[in-house]
Amino acid sequence: MAEWFASVKAEFELNFIKADRWEYLVTGLGNTLLLTLVALIVGVLIGIVVAAVRSTYDKTAETARPSFGRRVFGFFNGLCKVYLTVVRGTPVVVQVMIFFYVIFAAAKDGTMVAALAFGINSGAYVAEIIRGGIMSIDNGQFEAGRSLGFNYLQTMRYIIVPQTIKNVLPSLMNEFIALLKETSVAGYVAVQDLTKAGDIIRSRTYSAFMPLIAVALIYLAVVMFFTWLVGKLERRLRASDH
Amino acid sequence: MITDAIITVEGLYKEFGHGKVHALNGVDAQVRKGEVLVVIGPSGSGKSTFLRCLNLLELPTKGKITFEGVDITDSRVNINIHRQKMGMVFQHFNLFPNMTVLKNLTLAPRKLKGMAQQAADEKAMALLARVGLADRADAYPNQLSGGQKQRIAIVRALAMDPEVMLFDEPTSALDPEMVGEVLEVMKALAREGMTMVVVTHEMGFAREVADRVMFMDEGKVMEENTPENLFGNPQTQRAQEFLSKLL
Repeated sequence: MAEWFASVKAEFELNFIKADRWEYLVTGLGNTLLLTLVALIVGVLIGIVVAAVRSTYDKTAETARPSFGRRVFGFFNGLCKVYLTVVRGTPVVVQVMIFFYVIFAAAKDGTMVAALAFGINSGAYVAEIIRGGIMSIDNGQFEAGRSLGFNYLQTMRYIIVPQTIKNVLPSLMNEFIALLKETSVAGYVAVQDLTKAGDIIRSRTYSAFMPLIAVALIYLAVVMFFTWLVGKLERRLRASDH
Repeated sequence: MITDAIITVEGLYKEFGHGKVHALNGVDAQVRKGEVLVVIGPSGSGKSTFLRCLNLLELPTKGKITFEGVDITDSRVNINIHRQKMGMVFQHFNLFPNMTVLKNLTLAPRKLKGMAQQAADEKAMALLARVGLADRADAYPNQLSGGQKQRIAIVRALAMDPEVMLFDEPTSALDPEMVGEVLEVMKALAREGMTMVVVTHEMGFAREVADRVMFMDEGKVMEENTPENLFGNPQTQRAQEFLSKLL
């Protein structure tokens, strides 16, 4: 028993203490969180724009008069559909590699390129969450707003969007948690995220168990923290639900 | 030619699904200032579509609708301004569930007419008192009964001081014991001289309150008359059949 403890202690010291290897994990976690945050902001911005185009096009399909503007709008709607299909139809790691090795081959900051790629990927999922939220509001709400004299944008702003936000916030938080875990493939493009940090330690110490379990536990802790936060948010939203 | 018409409808056609469904097949109609026009007919006859075309919630396929002398089917017309003067009440109330009753009533006057919060609140409270719901100002819609919701929906539309009120089967989604309270509010409104277009299955209401009754079937106006004549002595076979089934 004492021998086993001694070996665990030796393993721990080898993987984390010696040569200050724990610093890899700290830097890695920092990069993972940075990647996630930047990707989240990019994703939400793209998601809002794409959802606005898609849902506006769908909602006005019945009432819009045929015109040049309508055709231009239709073109952008088609563009959004292509974006959604391509992004959701290909693996995120392939997208990140294409961004790093093809589109931004000359870029020096791999972290920002990866963050952009993750953001563009996440944007597609965010867009569909928001669009689903908008379309799930009963059309009668929309008609009530329009019948009072609100124009399309006013109806969205005063009536539809406030109800949508409440509906989609939990789903958006879940997308954020999924995104956090997805960034673990950033190591493919030489970004030293948390996963990569564990892998670097493993390659230095030739010992896989400790670094990989440590990485897994850190992800788990972060995800559990955010899940707890989502749960709290959901309870608060329900409390104000009349 | 009627000169005091507030709404004139000429040759109105509405198709759905690229011509698969013909909801309206050439409707001509007038609504005169201060009158109550009740539209009746079997389901699928196009009466709701007709009503929803009046404020362009449905865009007509063909035809012309003139409201207060303006052709609102002209694509250059800003329909939002005209809709402010056409209140609408829906079958399913469509109150804003995330707002209090008071906020439901004051949102449009404040945002569209620039009314101050206090003035809008006072006006809303006066309207609520009129329908006996002043004590529910701070309630949320899901805390109200169906009849209460519909009375709120009516005063929400009235808060914009409309020239015309459009009612789309306002009592069809209500439990029977709540139909009366909503009809009472509508009758009071009619007595005050509000111009109203009412799509309904309430023949008692039509008989009592309507100045004119329009019978629609297959997307056309089959017959139009005073309630006494239309209910007492229907001219078309369609109307005779429809009315005989109701008795």
